[in-house]
Amino acid sequence: MPVSFSKAADKYDVVVIGSGLGGLTSANRLVYCGYSVLLLEYHSQLGGLATWFKRKGHIFDVSLHGFPYGMVKTCRKYWNKEIMNSIVQLKDIIFDNPQFHLKTTFDRVDFTSKLNKQFKVPQSTIDAFFTRVAGMNFYDDQSMTTRELFEEFFPGRSDVHRLLMEPISYANGSTLDDPAITYGIVFSNFMNKGVFTFEGGTDKLIGMMTTELENNGVTICTKAKVDRIVVDKGVVRGIECQGRMIEAGAVVSNSGITNTIYNLTDKDAFSLEFMEKADKIRVNNSSCQVYMGVKKGDKIDDIGDLLFTSTAEEFDSSELRDFKTESKTFSVYYPKTRPDHDRYTIVASMNANYADWDNFTDEEYENEKEALIQRTLIDLNRYFPNAKDRLDWIEAATPRTFNRYTLHTQGTSFGTKFEGLDVSRSIFKEVNGLFHVGSVGIIMSGWLGAINYGVIVSNDVDAYMRSKD
Amino acid sequence: MTRDAIKDLILEIIEDIDEDADFETLQADKPLRDQLDLDSMDFLDIVMELRKRHKLQIPEEDYPQLATLDSCVNYLEPLLVDA
Repeated sequence: MPVSFSKAADKYDVVVIGSGLGGLTSANRLVYCGYSVLLLEYHSQLGGLATWFKRKGHIFDVSLHGFPYGMVKTCRKYWNKEIMNSIVQLKDIIFDNPQFHLKTTFDRVDFTSKLNKQFKVPQSTIDAFFTRVAGMNFYDDQSMTTRELFEEFFPGRSDVHRLLMEPISYANGSTLDDPAITYGIVFSNFMNKGVFTFEGGTDKLIGMMTTELENNGVTICTKAKVDRIVVDKGVVRGIECQGRMIEAGAVVSNSGITNTIYNLTDKDAFSLEFMEKADKIRVNNSSCQVYMGVKKGDKIDDIGDLLFTSTAEEFDSSELRDFKTESKTFSVYYPKTRPDHDRYTIVASMNANYADWDNFTDEEYENEKEALIQRTLIDLNRYFPNAKDRLDWIEAATPRTFNRYTLHTQGTSFGTKFEGLDVSRSIFKEVNGLFHVGSVGIIMSGWLGAINYGVIVSNDVDAYMRSKD
Repeated sequence: MTRDAIKDLILEIIEDIDEDADFETLQADKPLRDQLDLDSMDFLDIVMELRKRHKLQIPEEDYPQLATLDSCVNYLEPLLVDA
């Protein structure tokens, strides 16, 4: 179990600020490399946005909606086999919108068949498209947008664009106007073998990760909000938390990249040139969610695991983020999600802009949340009739909720746009010993992206620490 | 370290990364990535292991030198001369 901050020692090789999946993984990799590691989390629970909460006998998962198969290998290599063995496939992915209805396993074989038979796209075009996206690297030229990529292969086919883009917009907040590589890399990851989830839920995963970290000797403190990263003469010296200075040879911030630069570090620690780049970082959109728990004894028939639904005539990236968007995903959690917990829950997720929710009075805010719930129930009725009467819990989260629990700038739930990646990866060249891990650049986001980025940054930290010896 | 020892070292590290790796048919002059289903994260693991075991610092711009088993040995031989 995490300990009180008063139990932390005065000095560590590495301090990790924040316990999102990137922070947790960095801590685990660095303790494996032989360093003493202190992990500090502001919230009372570990996991960052990989989180859950309990209401009236229900357990709601906030961000467990499905990740690519690559997670299996990543968990085996950077965590343990027990964690890897809990990963299971979500086989029924549903699309339901005015342009098409289909059920898919969301992998290359099934998508190829659907594109060919249902959408009548020539086999050669489909193969060429898959070859193109599979060959994309994050360091490739980024001048082409996803919109241009789609127009090249499927000109004028707004239905095909929707099939290809809608799920990825929910997975990483990207739009048709972001660099095509941010689309291609994430899409290819999913197309490898389909969509997977963690049996036992987010609480089980974070619990297993916590145990692993403790077994490996990481000191973990919750309710420990870091006030400042201490920098002296261009070199990190440690952090300040609750009026105490903890010395460290390196600091890994798993706080947002913008939080790290603007809120945690003295601005004069950075060059003007670096700050100019940092000022240009755009954070990604936030989310709204509605959490619904089904009454005990009632059940949800097999309506699919993940439903991409919309009543909007055509796909449009800005419609997806509109305050009253007609597009949302339903993640359905059957008892198979938590085999020893016989309850059904549904989480509706929508993309959203922080600014749309920021300026309400308390009363307006409560009313708008209620309206969001009502809109969601109307949509849910199409898949789960008489939904309202069959639920015993329903509540909504908005961009303000995401901001409150993660402290992320504008409540971003997908980190930053592409330019954030370079700033994140180069911050240690500005301030020796200061590193950032977290959702940046669209590609380093989602559960798999966050964990892998934690490994990439740990490699930088290890190289830095050993260069000091 | 001899060239054979370096080769064994690389294969040992890869075996830790991918238990199912089949070295029987591995061609030393062909990219490891194509033959063993390795991705960019796996190469990062190789770099980290070499640093851990032999204090080797391999800069990012040199990662392409690790593409094939032969190129690994060629690149590492002068660096591991005293190992």
